[in-house]
Amino acid sequence: MTAAVNPKKLIKGGLHDWEVVIGMEIHAQVTSRSKLFSGASTEFGGEPNDHVSLVDAAMPGMLPVINEECVAQAVRTGLGLKARINHRSVFDRKNYFYPDLPQGYQISQFKDPIVGEGEVLVDLPDGESITVGIERLHLEQDAGKSLHDQNPTQSFVDLNRSGVALMEIVSRPDLRSSEEARAYVTKLRTILRYLGTCDGDMEKGSLRADVNVSVRKVGDPLGTRCEIKNVNSIRFIGQAIETEARRQIAIIEDGGTISQETRLFDPGKGETRSMRSKEEAHDYRYFPDPDLLPLEFDQAYVDALAEGLPELPDAKKARFIESYGLSAYDAGVLIAERASADYFEAVAKGRDGKAAANWVINELFGRLNKEGHSIETSPVSADQLGAIVDLIGEGVISGKIAKDLFEVVWSEGGEPRALVESRGMRQVTDTGAIEAAVDDIIAKNPDKVAQAREKPTLLGWFVGQTMKATGGKANPAAVNALLKAKLGIE
Amino acid sequence: MSVDATTVRRIAHLARIAVSEDEVAPLQGELNAILAFVEQLGAVDVTGIEPMTSVTPMAMKKRADLVTDGAKADAIVANAPETEDHYFLVPKVVE
Repeated sequence: MTAAVNPKKLIKGGLHDWEVVIGMEIHAQVTSRSKLFSGASTEFGGEPNDHVSLVDAAMPGMLPVINEECVAQAVRTGLGLKARINHRSVFDRKNYFYPDLPQGYQISQFKDPIVGEGEVLVDLPDGESITVGIERLHLEQDAGKSLHDQNPTQSFVDLNRSGVALMEIVSRPDLRSSEEARAYVTKLRTILRYLGTCDGDMEKGSLRADVNVSVRKVGDPLGTRCEIKNVNSIRFIGQAIETEARRQIAIIEDGGTISQETRLFDPGKGETRSMRSKEEAHDYRYFPDPDLLPLEFDQAYVDALAEGLPELPDAKKARFIESYGLSAYDAGVLIAERASADYFEAVAKGRDGKAAANWVINELFGRLNKEGHSIETSPVSADQLGAIVDLIGEGVISGKIAKDLFEVVWSEGGEPRALVESRGMRQVTDTGAIEAAVDDIIAKNPDKVAQAREKPTLLGWFVGQTMKATGGKANPAAVNALLKAKLGIE
Repeated sequence: MSVDATTVRRIAHLARIAVSEDEVAPLQGELNAILAFVEQLGAVDVTGIEPMTSVTPMAMKKRADLVTDGAKADAIVANAPETEDHYFLVPKVVE
């Protein structure tokens, strides 16, 4: 990416302004029933070592056999990232020692990954968008899990995760601020969830990020980078970048130099610290895994998978703007989750798209957030919300009554149209009835009437009184028109 | 290609093999002899020849995405020197 430097994204140091340069390696757990090279379950949790086959435990003589669905998921993801799909890729052994890696190596892809260069379009909160280059995506095995706090002298090892398929998605160093980095991960997560290739559940570790951070003076070549390992929330990714960039700037401005190393982010202390023990382990001595033949497929296989892809976020957003007349912002909010987009479309079908979007975003999402509900567990269905939008459109209820009706449907349920009738919520559009109420108020308040002629803003008071007198059911437009005429206000 | 004494120590460390100082020189000699032997292959001209990945021309075997294994924690930890609640127990390894 060769976009001009945005001065707002620079970090002020003591001596200069600094540009932070970020690249990311995202580890996304592939959605599959069984592991990459064994038939053991990938289900989260489970009793210790219960989702483990003899392959995952690296017992002698066991051979890996690849899960065809994991291959398909990697190809789907590559297509979703508009990336080159490599018809031939190779599995390599990445050698290192750790107790939760029983093989002594991780089966990964080094020289010939399954997916090559692609790109992700990232929308930023200020309305700008950037294109982030994807360098590659490869398939690899997850390691097991070590628990260190069970016993003072021993670590406990559980291999349930060992061998679960991961996609490592490597970006180019195209990100220039913690905000861009967060937006990139958010967008990538949305794409993966649309594709159904990773559930994106960061709390369960389905999506983890290694973040490469360096700083430079504008126009200088890239600085030395440090890699912050295993950051497991989008918020922490932002904090880790800010913290690390400031650490590097302080060192350089003090006349020091950055040494390339692996660091850990400690959100509790708000600092990154060196993982010195890992430094020497960088010699992974990759070589092709002799247990596995190259992974090969033809274009027809890729085409068939492409055929089955859902509409992706960028296309959906463009369609929402185009066919429903939504703003880019509203469309972006609605497409962030596929379930939200589907809900919106169910509401908008055959109705005014903008009205539907307003109700979904402002009333429904606001309420869901407040009560900690997700769209899937919404107490108000798309049909119910659609009926409310219809009732407003038909002039049966006013926007204000609609909010009350929404409350009733939210807490008690029921069919909105029937509720309007049974609870007498129909707005009064009958001019005669409204006129009677208006006349009554004017007759009772001669002083206010006189004042209103001098001070037209008093109209609001009359509107309020009329609404009160009609139980909030008078059509506000009709009330306004009548009052203006009778009070002689322009 | 040949290795020096430092490389021998480094390879031993990466492989977690304890090598004493007086073993380094003999090992260096052995490794260099092996490397020299293998280097004879460098004399063969392989320009334009695809690397062979399998003796028999066959495609990689794949499995369907089904859970067919697991639920054998007893067997998994059977050979472990120490276990508790089906966890492997190892000397403490903490960063």
